[in-house]
Amino acid sequence: MSYSAPIPGLRNILYLDLTEQSSKVVDRRELYKICLGGVGLATTLMLEEYKEGTGALDPEMPVILSTGPLTGVYPTCTKVAAIFRSPLNGELGEAYAGGHLGMSMRYAGYETIVLKGASKYPVYVAIHDDEVTFKDASSIWGLSSAIDVGKILRSREKGAGRRSILRIGRAGEKGIRYASVNVDTYRHFGRLGLGAVFGAKKLKALVISGNKEIQSPEHKNYRKLYRDLYKTLVKTELMEKYHNLGTSENILSLNELRGLPTRNLQAGSFEGVETISGEHFAENYLIRRVSCAGCPIGCIHVAMLKKAFSKSHEYETFNVSYDFELIYALGSNLGISDPKAVLELIDACEKAGLDIISTGVILAWATEMQHKKRLSTAETLGLELAWGNVEPYLQAIELIVRAPNEFYAALGKGVGYASCKYGGEAFAIQLGGLEIPGYHTGLGNLIGLAMGARHSHLDNAGYSADQKAFRKGLSDEEIIDLLIKEEELRCMLNSLTICLFARGVYTPEIVSKALATLGIQKSPEQLIELGKKVSQKKYLLKKKFGYTLETLTLPNRFFETAATTGKLDQKRVQKALELYRQKRGLERSEKR
Amino acid sequence: MAKRLKIANQARCIGCYSCMLACARTYYATISLKNSAIDIQTSGGIESAYVSIVCHACIDPPCARVCPQNALEKRKGGGVIVRKELCNGCGNCMEACLVGAIHLDAEKKAIICRHCGICIQFCPHEVLEMLEVDEAGEEIKREKKDFSKGSEK
Repeated sequence: MSYSAPIPGLRNILYLDLTEQSSKVVDRRELYKICLGGVGLATTLMLEEYKEGTGALDPEMPVILSTGPLTGVYPTCTKVAAIFRSPLNGELGEAYAGGHLGMSMRYAGYETIVLKGASKYPVYVAIHDDEVTFKDASSIWGLSSAIDVGKILRSREKGAGRRSILRIGRAGEKGIRYASVNVDTYRHFGRLGLGAVFGAKKLKALVISGNKEIQSPEHKNYRKLYRDLYKTLVKTELMEKYHNLGTSENILSLNELRGLPTRNLQAGSFEGVETISGEHFAENYLIRRVSCAGCPIGCIHVAMLKKAFSKSHEYETFNVSYDFELIYALGSNLGISDPKAVLELIDACEKAGLDIISTGVILAWATEMQHKKRLSTAETLGLELAWGNVEPYLQAIELIVRAPNEFYAALGKGVGYASCKYGGEAFAIQLGGLEIPGYHTGLGNLIGLAMGARHSHLDNAGYSADQKAFRKGLSDEEIIDLLIKEEELRCMLNSLTICLFARGVYTPEIVSKALATLGIQKSPEQLIELGKKVSQKKYLLKKKFGYTLETLTLPNRFFETAATTGKLDQKRVQKALELYRQKRGLERSEKR
Repeated sequence: MAKRLKIANQARCIGCYSCMLACARTYYATISLKNSAIDIQTSGGIESAYVSIVCHACIDPPCARVCPQNALEKRKGGGVIVRKELCNGCGNCMEACLVGAIHLDAEKKAIICRHCGICIQFCPHEVLEMLEVDEAGEEIKREKKDFSKGSEK
């Protein structure tokens, strides 16, 4: 099979219209030439598609999924970027998932998929190479477990072992603003509420499988570079963390650095940390590790949760994947030191299809509210939330999804919304309307989350800048320079949907070499420039979504609790924000 | 000495597909999963274990017996050598292989493992091993992969 396209395979965009239940393939090879793929291409396409004023959950609001030229071609280039408008904070929705999705899209011949419209009744879309079918999903709408949705679709659809199954749980169906999309079990478009967008479109699931081939015009060079990269990824120390304990390795180290948010960030370290450490999970609960298709690392850590359900040694078992952020959100930040309780809470969120970081932060805020007697059991429907107590938390998760009263409905809209309505904004730990991930390391983290395009630690790794500052001392300006440089670099990596865990391997020089074996000529400098441009485009899109610098609020909690690099000072942070703004050339909005 | 591939430690498979990509890359000069002689399958999604489907190196291979073209020549140490130019794509061999280790490529030629061991070089968890075997297929020696360089895993 040969391709006449200038870039092997990089040609098509698949448009799916859920209102009309129709699809079309559009040749946009010129777009791939300019943007390559991933976040760069998806952002460009969203700027094209977005009609000003369209709400996050409006039918016309598009969702764009995009892979890149290296997906399915080189090891650990496994991600798919999703660009949408976030129903949680109204601005840039951006999330990444791995699993089989990247490879399935690539081998199906659709590096990019645009979803538009909304169905009148629940549907799922099955894509098998050139065959696209819309199918009634009413019978699987409302299922209590998103894991079961996968099981059912696996038995209905072809493409075993070559397909990817995206699906939402009840949280997405009910429009919980931080609902996730589960990808192939254990992977997710987690943050910023893509699940709610799927739900609003009545799109329960999407199955995609592909069996096409790609050819490298420089096959010999390709084989050689593949071998080199594979060796680097598997056999050197560069990736040791992910081969071993995985991200949860950081639980103990961040705790030691006093940067692990505990009990709604009332503290930066947790006395019960030992039993929720990566080491403890690995030694006592880890049963296997799994990979995304095309990645030899196997960073997905799966634990077995065994629960007795009678006194006669009868057990039910669940396989639950865990990670640093999940242990923070449903462990230290809820004062939970029982690893089984953490796994049980993760499993509940996984089945409901909820973003775990947001859920954990919201539960933590509600707990503190109740402790401070600012909420009564009338609001919580009798629940008494208490640090370390798993049962009420499990019930609260169920109630958030069911939203039986105004209070739980408010919790389903995020901690920003709930604290605006019920108070406690000073300890609602969000930045830019997104519940914070598990770091309280200092200025870099705070500025990074506040100013990062999607308010994620993955935008610019502010926590990493802080750790550098902690070890060798950096000026605030140096920290800001690091953040900006890192965010731009990541925009490049994300345009190629390279897993960020492999960022140390895929330097601009290596990416340039890898692209050359596909007939794409981009110098390292051009790639860095591309990252810069994508970063600017994302801000342009944010502005169109109504983002202004002035909307930023900085809850007092961030200043009360000492971070790794010490207590943060309001004035210092304001100064740093201003410096960041100037360096990025971001304009303040004109007062209207 | 003849060699054959063995699925030694199936439970260690992480489902990375590196072996499949290596096989297709080597013999078909493509980047794909479909032209690989070894097939990694899920048995109920990634929640459950992976399965590796590949030629078991039969000493008296049934696939060779049913080939009307004599395109499958018995291989020393087990399995067959495919003479592509003779294969007519009838699919009898696929039927005869209970393991399901044979499929056809785009030109309707049988794809069957040659026991060359390229996949082993791309297995990060020692799922696959090469055995040195005698003509009757009996194991003489096991080739251990060299993990002395780099991290212990």
